[in-house]
This record gives sequence, structure tokens and C-alpha cells, in this order.
Amino acid sequence: MYVAVKGGETAILNSYRLLDRQRRGDTALAELSVDQIREQLKLAVDRVMTEGSVYDPELAALAIKQASGDLVEAIFLLRAYRATLPRLGTTLPIDTGRMQPERRISATFKDLPGGQLLGPTYDYTQRLLDFALLAEGGVNTPPAEGRAVSEPVPRVVDLLNHEGLIERREPPQGDPAPTDLTREPLRFPANRATRLQNLARGDEGFLLAMAYSTQRGYAHSHPFVGELRLGQVEVVVEPEELGFAVSIGDIEITECEMVNQFAGSKTEPPAFTRGYGLAFGHCERKAMAMSLVDRALRADELDEAVVSPAQDPEFVLSHSDSLEASGFVQHLKLPHYVDFQAELALVRQMRAEALAQPRLDEDTPA
Amino acid sequence: MNARTDDDLLQPSEATAGVNFAYLDERTKRMIRRAILKAVAIPGHQVPFGSREMPLPYGWGTGGIQVTAAILGRDDTLKVIDQGSDDTVNAVNIRRFFQRTAGVATTTRTPEASVIQTRHRIPETPLREGQVIVYQVPVPEPMQRLEPRETETRTLHALAEYGLMHVKLYEDIARHGHIATTYDYPVMVNGRYLMAPSPIPKFDNPKMHMNPALQLFGAGREKRIYAVPPYTTVESLAFDDHPFEVQRWDTPCALCGATDTFLDEVITDDKGGRLHVCSDSDHCQERQAAGHTGAGA
Repeated sequence: MYVAVKGGETAILNSYRLLDRQRRGDTALAELSVDQIREQLKLAVDRVMTEGSVYDPELAALAIKQASGDLVEAIFLLRAYRATLPRLGTTLPIDTGRMQPERRISATFKDLPGGQLLGPTYDYTQRLLDFALLAEGGVNTPPAEGRAVSEPVPRVVDLLNHEGLIERREPPQGDPAPTDLTREPLRFPANRATRLQNLARGDEGFLLAMAYSTQRGYAHSHPFVGELRLGQVEVVVEPEELGFAVSIGDIEITECEMVNQFAGSKTEPPAFTRGYGLAFGHCERKAMAMSLVDRALRADELDEAVVSPAQDPEFVLSHSDSLEASGFVQHLKLPHYVDFQAELALVRQMRAEALAQPRLDEDTPA
Repeated sequence: MNARTDDDLLQPSEATAGVNFAYLDERTKRMIRRAILKAVAIPGHQVPFGSREMPLPYGWGTGGIQVTAAILGRDDTLKVIDQGSDDTVNAVNIRRFFQRTAGVATTTRTPEASVIQTRHRIPETPLREGQVIVYQVPVPEPMQRLEPRETETRTLHALAEYGLMHVKLYEDIARHGHIATTYDYPVMVNGRYLMAPSPIPKFDNPKMHMNPALQLFGAGREKRIYAVPPYTTVESLAFDDHPFEVQRWDTPCALCGATDTFLDEVITDDKGGRLHVCSDSDHCQERQAAGHTGAGA
């Protein structure tokens, strides 16, 4: 005899327990601490902070631990945490020109004021598995040699600006406050500030693929890394009741200015245009992909033909968010008995109709 | 729907320490209520709202949860169904969410509920005045599959230009001899707006028409709210020579013998054995309690 399905609640509680055990793994091994994740999985923490839109390495590390290392799930945890937090105020724009860089490279000039500073990067590692890391106890690496940059270095785009070779983008009249996408729904057409906000929260993998497509002919892109920099910048607020600016701390950011060739339009002489990328912490792949996609999305503004997905704001911005994409793709796991039943009846009906019709001879050439 | 007033704005809830009553903060609820009021004032029109990132994933009912959270009051009795049943895991999970965060009374009985959150069904028991049914909506735009651009569909709605959908249904008839849409079947609300009824089977569409209950629709991922106020016309699209029809089954419910309900097909063995049972589990159990039986009971 058939009995209607019951016991969903017990199943859910049991799945929590199984998940806890899966996360903990072999209890003979020491438990991973949030501090260890924060200090030793920095790049994962930085990605979770960037796409989770919260600058808090400890909470990001906690989210990574809770999500068993699934970064998209960790981003989800952080976003859900931040959703109902009160807004205390707005900072002044950060001044990345005053950054003390830990890393700063330009692909457009061999040398430039402030110099090239390689800093910590996997770029020139030879990707051989380092079996020394298998051994516990760790290695004491001596500190890096060479000069440390102790003063701010000028931005490359500012250097090009002196010649008028690169577009200037002054803040619009009155410098209106940007839309807060966490409070207002995304509407089209979306201005650049809104687009950049969406891209900053966007999934790194999605933006990477979109950026890559612009390099393979799906958009007209001739990019150069004008500058990529990593370092600490000061965060400043100016509370209304005080009337003067107060520094509330430093955050680490990655900034990318991508320089693109631009042939000019009816109203603009030929010049270089810019694409912009910014991320919390050390997220170079993200910042670079973001800057390429930002530039591609300016096609309409620059009178370029919109022919590729990466140039189409509705296509890019509606599909960049990992929470939205992951949620909707995975909702297919939810029961769909009712809709499937409706489709089942329809397909049976259509099959019956098709079989009732005189059949075409199978040998008839198509 | 006994929503809280300004007096208890920002008052902490005793149900879960550190979490506001029904999870959302009061300012967010206000924003959602404004969207709901606008939606009620323009039946069938999609109102954008600042959908929040909920602790449940997008696509799993976050729109419905936000609407429910915004209208829920302490005296409400909540029923949550998914696929017509109170016992499916997603329904259980959402009900638990509101038990934990709002501490409201819950029920599985349709007549006892003041707020019903649903995914993919409308209960078989007719709703009454004063009840609110909240639909979880995955895709609020009925024409999205025909025209994915929101900028375009917005214009089509503004002009009440729905030829696109009529052509789609016509092409169905030309190809198959009948309309090949079985769920999320498009409806015209109040003679003005084309609306997605959410993926309910078209079997349920007639229940929306002139319903005494308030029908609210929440799409969290797509950030839209829309509504059908009580006693509003809801017509399923059709043609004069191809009138709208709902699904019918040859067999009655195996458990309660009902012949007028939406049935789920259940596979009972690996030899082609099948049973048909009511998808609305509460309705089916009530009928069984009243002495009705089916062949499989």
C-alpha cells in the first residue's frame, strides 16, 4: 500500500548531522581553526570578501570553514549575514593613488615613476608541486631582499593623462550617490557606477570567461594592463555631526586599470580608453577580468557596434551574480512533481497523436 | 495579515535572539510592504523591489519568504506547501524558518491558515476572504522565454502589446493541434496585464479568477512583486476556437477517491505499476478522515 511521503523534518535534521561530520573529517586530525584559514588561505578569504561584499577576513574565514571550502557557498553565507546589517554611513572615495603598494606592475612601460614592483605573485613560480609542503613543520622562509616602497607611487593613467592620450572621466555633475545594488534592484539601462558595482560582486569564473571571450573576437578589444596594483589604502569617513574626516582603518585592495585602443568617434578624437577593476584583498584575476568586461560594456557609450555577449549589459549583469545563478540552477533539485506530471500528460497525448497519424515511410529520403 | 505597525519598529523578537521577528528588519519590511501596496493597486503589474539576500538560496522561495515575512503578524497562522504538500522537504524547511524566526502558529489545514505560502499549487479547498496566498515565483516575466530583455518586455507591458504570447500559443496549435503549455500558463489580469501565475499547473488557473483571497507573488532572484487583489478577473489566454482547458484524469485518487483534484502519479514498482494520488495532501487527508476511500487505500 502506498503511504504519502512524511518525515521531511527528520531528514533535514539528519542531513545537518551528516554535513557536520563530513566537514569535520577524520577526528584523529586536529581541527582547522578560523585563524589558520584567515592566515594560510588568504586568497580564498580575499575572494570571499570581494564577492561577499564584506571586508572582514575573520568572518570570511569562518564562512570558508563552515562551507567546507566551497567558496561560492561561503560567499552566500557572508552575503546573507550582511543583508540585514544596518548601514552606519558612507566612506569617502578611497584614493588608490596614495596606496603604499606591495605589488605594482605595468605592461605598458618598461620603467616608470615608482618603478615596477613584483611583490607576492604566483606569476613566475614554476608550477611544480612542492613536496616540501607535504612535510609538516613548515619552512622558515627568509624575508625578501630589496627595497620596500615606502611612499605612494603615481598611477600610470595619470602619467598618460598629461599628454591627453587617455580619456578623462570626471565625476558627473554634482557627483550623485551611486545606486546601492544591495538595496535597489538592478534596472536597465544601468549606468557605469551600477555596472561596476555589479561586476565587483560578480562571480570570478563568470567574469573570467566573459573577459576571455573579448580576447577571442567576441568584442573589439585591444587591451593592455596599464597598471595592476596591490596594497593598503586608508578608509575615511566624514560624519555629518563632526564635519571633518576621520580615518577608520586600512583595507587591502587590488586595482586594475586596463588601457584600450579607441579609434575615435564623431565627437571624440582617437585616444586610449579605460576599463576598471577593483577587488578587496589580493584578487588579480578578478580585477583584471572585471576591467576587461567593464570596457566591453562601454561599447554603446563609445559608439562601438554591440555584437557580442560581453558587450551586452543585460546579458552580463543579469547573469554575473553567483548567488542568483547557483540558487536558480540548483533549485532544479527541488521537487517538480506537479509540473512534471503536467508535462507527462502532455507528452503522452502528443505521442498518442503522433502514433495515430499515418507514418512516413522510414526509407523516404529526408 | 496582521502586520506590525511603527510602534514596534526595531523591537527585538523573543523567538530567536538577535534576529528580528520574521527575520527581516522592519525597514526592509516597510520597503516590501510599499511594493505590495503598489502591486495591489495595479493588479498583475510587476513591481521591482530591493530583494534581500536571504539565508535560503535564490530560486528556493526567497521572494515568497520575503513577502510572507513582510506581512506576517504574531496572530497569524501559517501554512506552507510545496507541490501541494505540507510535507515536502522545502515546505518543511520554510515552515521551520518562520517557526524559528517568528514563532507563529503553523497549520497544515487550509481553512485554518491566515497566510499560505505556496510553490507550484493552489490548495483544492477554496480560499475565503481574509486569507492571503503567497506564491513563490521563479520567473515573473511571462514573456521572458520569448524575449529575454527586460527593457523590451517592460515596453510591451506598457503598451499592453501581447501579440508575442498570442503568436506563441497560435504556433503551438499550428504544430500540435492544441496549446502545449501545461504549467505557468499565461493569464490576463483585470483585463490589462499579462501575468505569469508561477509554475502552478494550468489545472489551478481557474481558481485564481475572482478569488476572495488576496494573492501575492514574490520573485526574490528577479526582484519583483506582483498581486491579484480579491475578486479580480484572471483569464487564461485562449482562442475562440481553442478554448482554455484544464487537465483531467481517467482514474480517481487512490487514497480518497476524489475525481476533481490534481493527481500526482506515483511509481510503485519496477513493473510499470502506478498509482494516482492527490497532490494536495491536506485535502486528501481531510477527505479520508471524512470517510472517503480510494481503490489503493
